[in-house]
Amino acid sequence: MTTTQTVTQEQPLMKRPRGMAAIWHDSRIIAWRNLVQLPRTPGLVIFTLIQPVMFVLLFTYVFGGAIGKALPPGTTYAQFLIPGIMVQTIVFGTSATAVGLADDLQKGIIDRFKSLPISRSAVLTGRIMADAIRLTAVASVLIIVGYVVGFRFEGGLGFGLLMVLTAVSFGAAMCWVMANIGMAVKDVETAQTAGFVWLFPLTFISSVFTPVYTMPGWLQVFARNNPVTLVANLLRSFSVGQVLPGATWTSMALPVALWVIGITAVAAPLAVRRYRRV
Amino acid sequence: MPPIITVENLRKSFGETHALAGVSFEVEQGTVLGLLGPNGAGKTTVVRILATLLRADEGTAQVAGFDVATHPNHVRSIIGLTGQYAAVDEKLTGAENLQMVGRLLGMSSATARDRSAELLERFDLSDAGTRQVGTYSGGMRRRVDLAVSLVGRPSVLFLDEPTTGLDPASRLELWSITRELVADGTTVLLTTQYLDEADELADRIVVIDSGKVIEEGTADELKDRTGGRSLVIEFATAEQLSAAAQVLETLTVAGAVNRIEAKLILSVPVEQDTALAARAISEISSAEIPIVDFHLHRPSLDDVFLTLTGYSPASDSSDQADSKQTTKPSAGIAS
Repeated sequence: MTTTQTVTQEQPLMKRPRGMAAIWHDSRIIAWRNLVQLPRTPGLVIFTLIQPVMFVLLFTYVFGGAIGKALPPGTTYAQFLIPGIMVQTIVFGTSATAVGLADDLQKGIIDRFKSLPISRSAVLTGRIMADAIRLTAVASVLIIVGYVVGFRFEGGLGFGLLMVLTAVSFGAAMCWVMANIGMAVKDVETAQTAGFVWLFPLTFISSVFTPVYTMPGWLQVFARNNPVTLVANLLRSFSVGQVLPGATWTSMALPVALWVIGITAVAAPLAVRRYRRV
Repeated sequence: MPPIITVENLRKSFGETHALAGVSFEVEQGTVLGLLGPNGAGKTTVVRILATLLRADEGTAQVAGFDVATHPNHVRSIIGLTGQYAAVDEKLTGAENLQMVGRLLGMSSATARDRSAELLERFDLSDAGTRQVGTYSGGMRRRVDLAVSLVGRPSVLFLDEPTTGLDPASRLELWSITRELVADGTTVLLTTQYLDEADELADRIVVIDSGKVIEEGTADELKDRTGGRSLVIEFATAEQLSAAAQVLETLTVAGAVNRIEAKLILSVPVEQDTALAARAISEISSAEIPIVDFHLHRPSLDDVFLTLTGYSPASDSSDQADSKQTTKPSAGIAS
């Protein structure tokens, strides 16, 4: 076909990689785009950085005195709170994925990407790569504020890194869920609500802010099996370098790993499928 | 040479709404096809199918020999798309938008930078290139959007209502850019609800309404099909108009003399017969009926549109004549 020959001759400077290399190539560029946007979106910066700082200070000084009494002797509220609030902040932070994708859809940017000969999943993987970097920044800010209010990595830096890695992995898995929500609702305002409201019960009915045994029995069933509780408990163990009484590292880490893999394995293919259809 | 775009019997429904009810047309390489129709006629649906953003329920569409449904990636590497709403990232600068697309198309960073600088220069955006697109005016945004769709040197360009909402100066600018692209050999498919835009730019026009092609041809052919020229005479009073109408009954004209009493106008169909027009004026003058004004009227695309669709066009001709000279914002967008 003569037409195709002309086209390739006109574009000697463009060499697109193929297969997995193409996904990686395109994802990196999309991730760059989303990261460049970040400091230029003041609302998101405030939401991302100021809110966790406020939560730490409020909970430590307003509720800390009361809740601290329910903790095992020797545990300070700061030591209890920071790992929990890290999960909570990161889970809340994933709602930006839904909002960002809905915004791209609304503004026609997804149409632009879809009209280019690029990998179909890169717009999602690139965004979630950028989101993971953003969530890592959030976790770092939290640790700094934590150190101010008395939190310490009692198990050493290695456990500290594991703590951040685990929190961000769980966050990335949740981003895939949020990607589905963002593409399902298609507009920013709905995404802000739909990507947010259910996070309150998810994060509050857990061991994030208070020990689960202080809740009514029927609520404890949900709270104990809530992945947020499992992640918060694992982060606490990483922060002090030792497992909860009666548990092992495997019994604590395996369920979290399964949740992360399970959520991603279900939500990611669904999101890619949805992307092809929007 | 085979047509570069072939659309055959495209059908698409959204629930109960039949957006396309069997649309067929072809576009020759290096020409501009104007897809003209009122809001909701199905113009954007056609473009979205051709740009591989949407799948047709039935029918086929090919761009440069590639079927949009079975070889979407081949099609994507040939086309450029500029949507009705500027699909550029407002948070990125103009240059960053262009470089991002260049990199996605497989250019090296250096090549993407060069291409971006070249396009910014060409579209008179060199100074604005380092600013976030969010700060651009409507016209600049549309230009950067067009520039972004040209990064990969597409041989087929889809312009979906490129000037909707633009001020007259930006509109003329976009028209001249489009002409340059066509001069360079780009094939353009332009959707518009502005008749003068189709008249100005398109080699051929396909008029669609309610998802069907209702007419097709060059602007001149469409005008001719709607009817020939007529002599329009304006009077000062209704009495004078009636008197003149009686005088004209003695003349043999091509069709019925049309009285538009509200405007004190007589419209006399004369087709190509200018002698007949001259005689009509002379007869009325002989009868000593004063004439305020007269002219030969050739049907505009507005008349064509109205005759074909039964809708009022996007903006009437007087409105468009105004908007070319004044900075009046496009008042006629909503129809």
